[in-house]
Amino acid sequence: MPSGPSGAAGAGGTGGPATAQARRPLSRLPRWERGPAPWWLRLLLPLLAIAITFLIASLLIAASGANPLEVFREMLLTPFTRRTSRLEILVRLTPLLLTGIAVAIAFRAGYYNIGAEGQLYAGALAAALLGPQLGGWNQPLAITVMLLGGLTAGAAWALLPAVLKVYAKVDEVVTTLLLNSVMLLLVGALLNGPWRDPISGWPRSPSIAEAAMFPQVIARSRVHLGLVVALVLVALFWWVLARTRFGLEVRAVGLGATAARFLGVNVRSTVLVAALLSGAVAGVAGVGEVAGIHGYLIEGISPEYGYTGIIVATFGGLHALGVTAAASFLALVDIGSTTAARTLGVPAYLGNVVQAVLLLVTLAVLLLGRYRPARRREGEDA
Amino acid sequence: MEFLVVLTAAALRVATPILLAALGEMLVERAGILNLGIEGIMLFSAFTGFVAAQFSGSLWVGVLAAIATGVLLSALMGLLSVTFGLNQHVSGLGITLLGSGLALYFFRLAYGGASTPPALQRSFQQWDVLPGTLLGTLLGQYWLTYLALLLVPLLAWVLTRTSFGLRLHAVGENPEAVDVAGVNVYRVRYLALLAGGALMGLGGAFLSLAQLGAFTHGIVNGRGWVAIAIVIFGNWRPVRVLLGALLFGFVQALQLRLQAEGVPVPYELLLALPYLVTILVLALTGRNANYPAALLKPYRREGA
Repeated sequence: MPSGPSGAAGAGGTGGPATAQARRPLSRLPRWERGPAPWWLRLLLPLLAIAITFLIASLLIAASGANPLEVFREMLLTPFTRRTSRLEILVRLTPLLLTGIAVAIAFRAGYYNIGAEGQLYAGALAAALLGPQLGGWNQPLAITVMLLGGLTAGAAWALLPAVLKVYAKVDEVVTTLLLNSVMLLLVGALLNGPWRDPISGWPRSPSIAEAAMFPQVIARSRVHLGLVVALVLVALFWWVLARTRFGLEVRAVGLGATAARFLGVNVRSTVLVAALLSGAVAGVAGVGEVAGIHGYLIEGISPEYGYTGIIVATFGGLHALGVTAAASFLALVDIGSTTAARTLGVPAYLGNVVQAVLLLVTLAVLLLGRYRPARRREGEDA
Repeated sequence: MEFLVVLTAAALRVATPILLAALGEMLVERAGILNLGIEGIMLFSAFTGFVAAQFSGSLWVGVLAAIATGVLLSALMGLLSVTFGLNQHVSGLGITLLGSGLALYFFRLAYGGASTPPALQRSFQQWDVLPGTLLGTLLGQYWLTYLALLLVPLLAWVLTRTSFGLRLHAVGENPEAVDVAGVNVYRVRYLALLAGGALMGLGGAFLSLAQLGAFTHGIVNGRGWVAIAIVIFGNWRPVRVLLGALLFGFVQALQLRLQAEGVPVPYELLLALPYLVTILVLALTGRNANYPAALLKPYRREGA
């Protein structure tokens, strides 16, 4: 089957009547029709999105009086030249991979979980509650308990919106979004109430036990076990979606719940399980931040990783490899923007703007992915 | 009695930005669009209003700038969700992330890492009427509060008694049918978005130009999300939205009052109340009642 940009070559071959001949020059360009985009276009689109994003970002940088090219070099290349920056990218990558996968699982099932931020904090809360109790445990066991706690807490916080969606048809977007605020307030209440340090007055939870801390996976760095867990979960995400019956059902429901129902898929339980898995994975991200980085829970432990996860998932096309690439890129932008802020004085919030613009541009650019070069059929003209 | 009056006055102040934003969100949702950009629109409007007021020396220029910001960001939301027919949740969230990002970026650019937030020399003042009397305390509000209260009957009238209101309703319920009847669905949705954006901008302006007279990172602090909750609680009706905003205002004002008097209240729990009540309302009503039927559904003329 001929594929790729064969439209231009084919144009010369199909001779038409003289009347159509007059319009020929226009049709030398490949024409487009609705349909799945060819693979080369789908690979090109993210690059196009990045290009447009940086074009827009350079306007903002110019407004700050800096040289956009210099800022981009500092943002995207300089971090690779220093060991600490390279490792910090991996540290940042860990929660973004997890929230990205979490969001992708739900979105794949057509369930718009906006609540990864709250579910992340639910996991962090579980880690802060369990961690101090695990003193004297053997380390692998303690870490397993921490991970299970995070999985359970994240899934638990995702349960109510999922149940409401499946059994009462309540839109999940609003409920998951509002529960984010509720969870942040709950964490705030604990930190400023029972957990407030009586001596320093600092709002932080008790330190978790040594045994419950995630070990470093790279010496002399903050890269912790969470990264390995995240990569395993990415692989699992791929395997489940591509190779299991449940994955097939999730994809079917995401493409069209009605059609899936006719094919005999139990739409309710599929959506419910996908939503809970999504929450569980987001919960692990919270455990990682507590047990891998801080050792206790504080406010602002996640600078909106849950929302960034939505960018990661969308930009990554909801695919395992795409999400990994997207999370790596956003982690680089995150670290790079602080580097650029230090050396060139551009506000570090440039990173936030770049990520937001990237999300919007990606959404728009993905529209192009719904088109393919028109195929010429026999006897068809122009 | 005095306590009650003081409390009511404070509740009105607290409710104003929420009411303005919620009325805006209500308009947009009536047309079938869920604008999750509200939080970022409010923050960026609060910022541009503040900056414009500071550099021009006129608070009114600030108000105009805030409105323009709300309209512009909403136009972008329209481009994505109406013209391109993209997923409303993700587009809206993107607008919020963009609005917050831009506000913080330009704030840092304009004021550096100043430890004390820059404040306006002069901000809008509360109406100084009958000073020293209880009535004076009650009526001593910002003009934006009065505007917000006036908007409630005005919008109720527009929604139920004007042809635009009826079209808005129809577009939010059954865009296909309205299109067949010759109404431009895209136009109505854009109008609702822009008008709603202007109101969200005013909500932001209230925070930076009146209530605080300054700009800080956390100036909006989830008020946009509260507005979304209140629209649902208010069943997409102006008067009930007012009721919801006032209820929120009262709880907040009471909590602030108790805190100031040293009564230990778990204020986080009180703050979480509007969210929990909204989820409860949603759970009880499910997807019926006045939920605009076409909410979250992009409209494509070609039906693709």
